[in-house]
Amino acid sequence: MGRTLSEKVWDDHVVRSSEGEPDLLYIDLHLVHEVTSPQAFDGLRQAGRPVRRPDLTLATEDHNTPTLNIDQPIADPVSRTQVDTLRRNAAEFGVRIHSLGDLDQGIVHIIGPQLGLTQPGMTIVCGDSHTSTHGAFGSIAFGIGTSEVEHVLATQTLPQSKPKTMAVNVDGELPPGVTAKDIVLALIAKVGTGGGQGYVVEYRGSAIEALSMEGRMTICNMSIEWGAKAGLMAPDEKTFAYLQGRPHAPTGADWDAAVAYWSTLKSDQDAVFDVEVDLDATQLTPFVTWGTNPGQGVPLGASVPDPEVFAEPSDRTAATKALEYMALTAGTPMREIAVDTVFLGSCTNGRIEDLRAAAAVIQGHHVADSVRMLVVPGSARVRLQAESEGLDVVFKEAGAEWRAAGCSMCLGMNPDQLAPGERSASTSNRNFEGRQGKGGRTHLVSPLVAAATAVRGTLSSPADLDRSDALVGADQR
Amino acid sequence: MDAFTTHTGTALPLRRSNVDTDQIIPAVYLKRVTKTGFEDGLFAAWRKDPDFVLNQPQYAGATIIVPGPDFGTGSSREHAVWALQNYGFRVVIGARFGDIFRSNAGKAGLLVARIDQKIVDELWDYVEEHPQAPITVDLEARTIVADGFETDFEIDDYTRWRLLEGLDDIGLTLRQVDAVEAYEGRRPAFKPATLPERTAPVG
Ligand code: SF4
Repeated sequence: MGRTLSEKVWDDHVVRSSEGEPDLLYIDLHLVHEVTSPQAFDGLRQAGRPVRRPDLTLATEDHNTPTLNIDQPIADPVSRTQVDTLRRNAAEFGVRIHSLGDLDQGIVHIIGPQLGLTQPGMTIVCGDSHTSTHGAFGSIAFGIGTSEVEHVLATQTLPQSKPKTMAVNVDGELPPGVTAKDIVLALIAKVGTGGGQGYVVEYRGSAIEALSMEGRMTICNMSIEWGAKAGLMAPDEKTFAYLQGRPHAPTGADWDAAVAYWSTLKSDQDAVFDVEVDLDATQLTPFVTWGTNPGQGVPLGASVPDPEVFAEPSDRTAATKALEYMALTAGTPMREIAVDTVFLGSCTNGRIEDLRAAAAVIQGHHVADSVRMLVVPGSARVRLQAESEGLDVVFKEAGAEWRAAGCSMCLGMNPDQLAPGERSASTSNRNFEGRQGKGGRTHLVSPLVAAATAVRGTLSSPADLDRSDALVGADQR
Repeated sequence: MDAFTTHTGTALPLRRSNVDTDQIIPAVYLKRVTKTGFEDGLFAAWRKDPDFVLNQPQYAGATIIVPGPDFGTGSSREHAVWALQNYGFRVVIGARFGDIFRSNAGKAGLLVARIDQKIVDELWDYVEEHPQAPITVDLEARTIVADGFETDFEIDDYTRWRLLEGLDDIGLTLRQVDAVEAYEGRRPAFKPATLPERTAPVG
């Protein structure tokens, strides 16, 4: 019987396996940030252990970093302590770090691919659940806790039980204005936030193949939002083209050897997945969330659901609580929901393509008076690239705020937060209670919906602006 | 890590599903660089409500928490485990858990015991009727026993063994260093390294 893509990558990283024990997996790349690493470095120090492979480790500052006045010391003393601690640890243990103000600084899941460090057929971990993003290149990439961060620092390996496999088949052509974000939001609404628990998921099918690398990363990013251990996609010519010429991509004979290996990384014809899920891309429309988990979503054209429609009692309770928290009434058309804030950014949708797509929608329009719009590029280089294309001017002229790179309002550890009761349309990945600031209410949306919503002040798609010309192919180059 | 064999304590019924780690401990509480002191952040948003179950006097001193399905989903923050432990919890009993949370708990010595949601429902009813009843969780026997309530629970063999022995994962792996070196010897040369540092030109 053939093997699935994830089984191939897994098998290639087994250092040791023994009946009744988890496999010991070798880790090719370990990404580190300031929030989940201090206790891990401390553990090493206490045990007198070095970092085994500093050359397979990369640190950056992203979660706490301010997006304004980045040339000044971080104002919040606790955030500053965390960032300073990471800098000290990186220096002490010989780990490469991209600090605030550095050209390669940015959200950890944006800079890995950008530097060409994220490549097909790797194992990649980070003390961050959205590490699944890197699966878009055909790698097994997953989030780990701080004890595991310490384990990888000390040993460059992790004991892991082999997950089950799942295929998500997304076939057909996406309608115009429907993006990768809509695919994944619709998928999570269908399978539920626990639907992927225990699985490594392979996304495949013609709609996935048609996506750009950026769009693929958006989908893999949100694998964890439906509980999957990891999400990945078979690498193809687009993957290779994206990588070629990046700073850490292989060159010369190494490139040829790498491409030869990468080309083998696909599920065999006769491979059997434990579970398969199908999604018809032709039926998708822009998708938005109404509740407090990413599975509580509906098409933008629908209304806030009545909790009574859910069969499971726990879903009914969750929906009732969510509506209460979100201050929404069942039956309200989603398009009538007014927001105070629009957040464009995060490791889900903070890449250059996302900014281009949103700028194309917003150009020639103005952000509604009742709305503040924050545009936060995912990395310093995304910001520079956008500026070289004049996207910053488009956003600023429309009345949006143009910021420096980081996680920002995705989780509100820095000053970019919603005030209690404020409502946002956000291109990030989590609409949990208080995620963007205590008492804040979040609707997850695509960059196109974010831009249109900023202009109209209520949840909207670009079609509502009568600018449907701007959006064809936005996620499908 | 201390070995875990049995634990006896009272339980707290948390009748909510999908309690993600952002709810267990919100991001603003994650700024410490130690593993202690996170108890203040535990369920921080909900605790302001005097009716929230953690504030109800009959459950004071509970060391076993019994949440609804999909507890600990979302963010990978191990702080969620530390916050529960710092507050005094030793055991979590439920039907389904976020994978990373479950793994973090195993490393940190917080026992995650899985039982069917139907039995969780029964346990909730039992605890609400007898909030001060001592409940014994026996990891060796994989049982949860109280006066008038009894069930088996699930936990994978390897995690159970490590908890029973109180073994440090890193120490265990370092015994395999020969296998790690052998693997490193056969890693392909084209695999990327972060050092020496390379960067692209500006623009
Ligand atoms: S952007 Fe948001 S989801 Fe992504 S790494 Fe930062 S905080 Fe996590």
